[in-house]
Amino acid sequence: MKFIGKVYKFGSNIDTDAIIPARYLNTFDPHELAAHCMEDADPDFPNKVKAGDIIVAEKNFGCGSSREHAPIAIKGAGVSCVIADSFARIFYRNAINIGLPILESPEAANAIREGDEVEVELENGQIRNLRTGELYKATPFPVFMQGIIAQGGLIEYVREKSRQDSKGEV
Amino acid sequence: MGMTISQKILAAHAGKDFIEAGELLNCKLDVILGNDVTAPVAIAEFNKLGLKQVFEQDSIVLVPDHFTPNKDIKSAEQCKIMREFAKKYGISNYFEIGQMGIEHCLLPEKGLVGPGDLIIGADSHTCTYGALGAFATGVGSTDMAAAMATGEAWFKVPESIKFIYYGKTPKWVGGKDFILHAIGDIGVDGARYMSMEFTGEAISALSMDNRFSMANMAIEAGGKNGIIAPDETTLAYIKDRVRRPYKIYQSDNDAVYTRTIEYDVSAMEPVVAFPHLPENTRPVSEAVNVLIDQVVIGSCTNGRIEDLEAAASILKGHTIHPEIRVIILPGTQSIYLEALRRGYVETFVEAGAVVSTPTCGPCLGGHMGILAKGERALATTNRNFVGRMGHPESEVYLCNPAVAAASAIKGRITAPWEV
Repeated sequence: MKFIGKVYKFGSNIDTDAIIPARYLNTFDPHELAAHCMEDADPDFPNKVKAGDIIVAEKNFGCGSSREHAPIAIKGAGVSCVIADSFARIFYRNAINIGLPILESPEAANAIREGDEVEVELENGQIRNLRTGELYKATPFPVFMQGIIAQGGLIEYVREKSRQDSKGEV
Repeated sequence: MGMTISQKILAAHAGKDFIEAGELLNCKLDVILGNDVTAPVAIAEFNKLGLKQVFEQDSIVLVPDHFTPNKDIKSAEQCKIMREFAKKYGISNYFEIGQMGIEHCLLPEKGLVGPGDLIIGADSHTCTYGALGAFATGVGSTDMAAAMATGEAWFKVPESIKFIYYGKTPKWVGGKDFILHAIGDIGVDGARYMSMEFTGEAISALSMDNRFSMANMAIEAGGKNGIIAPDETTLAYIKDRVRRPYKIYQSDNDAVYTRTIEYDVSAMEPVVAFPHLPENTRPVSEAVNVLIDQVVIGSCTNGRIEDLEAAASILKGHTIHPEIRVIILPGTQSIYLEALRRGYVETFVEAGAVVSTPTCGPCLGGHMGILAKGERALATTNRNFVGRMGHPESEVYLCNPAVAAASAIKGRITAPWEV
């Protein structure tokens, strides 16, 4: 998968309350959540984000709560990919489980600026800054996780596994 | 080379004798937890699998605690999804309003979690149960859904940081201060992906309620789990509660730790975390000029009977400052009842506080005490992120129940010895 998108840049420790405030957690509809995505970090974000845009952040993106509504809101807003210096553990897991592409790359997080246009190749973890021409490399996913990503998320992975285990009977 | 207590629990649940940090394992789970915010998402995912039954009915625990008693129609619909799922699939551990409590106060109290257990919960504060010597960690809804179907989850074996607390604990200092002190020291990502193991004479001397407060906030340092090896205090707590087999694990003497950090608690003061991160900590004596509008005493961090006891001992015979709203939330129905029997509720109401039914409520800005623009709360909760308790331009300061109660009387952040 290859994406080209415009970058919105965020700092360190963007928590899940900033990504999707708890006051909106009485629903898990992706469109409703997307309308408030990143609202407490940047109130204009839901209005200005366009399909295919890319979020780049510094350290510990997605820290705080376990709410899957956070990656759901980002995906629902049309963001193609999140690149960060590092991710909080539960957010990282949730993003993979629901099929939101994420890449961990300290050098990309450090060099990319707000408004840059970047090209991401998910398979090989290459991130190219189209403004500067610079190429950054993301940390590759462990093979096991690549399996989940290849199946399109954890539920598909489990479905496939149980299909193999039970050889057809449910 | 030995293993840590966390590694031993993971190894046992993966059917292995020895594991090392970094390994990926598939583990059998003892408990799978969800609440009214996360379980509906998990149920929607589970339904995609088209299964007629869950893997094991008794290992699933469902607690409507976040926006309950239902704060609005949408929340009511979410709870209904969970209630109907519990009925359809015969989930015995569903706790209806009247029986429920804040999940991380409720599960230990009901004996649903015990030493040596491997527990996942679709709630980040699931790490609370590490206080009992269990490996407990927060996950998202899809992980919960997969676990309800398979009884398993995958784990990357974490590295461990060992925290040794030594010295005699001063009055008004407890588990909340120990953990805030550590978060202030290592930062909100200081234990990212790691186990936080708490040991030392000050931990041995700590009550279970205080240990729960500590393990509860491991996630606030980015930790995968927080854990305290079981001892006599643990065994006394689980006696007559945990009705299924459990296993006591201890770390080996030659277990490998990424870091070992020591704290002398004898000179420690109660700790206050300033906005907007739990790592912004200061001793209470350096925080005493901060004016506040609201005080919240409760949550999965500090909603237990000893927390209410500390607050009541300070509020007894005092009146809350006229410009302060105080909201007290007992963690479970039995804690509520015990607070009634001991006269704490009378003390709180006479002082001018409101006492709510158990709910996560204001801790995550849900209901029961939302802040307006520019308002400032002092809370015994666990997070002080931007907008956490309401308006994005409001502020939350974190502290222990004694500091919260003393501050309620004075109208500003106050050390307990000032009142």
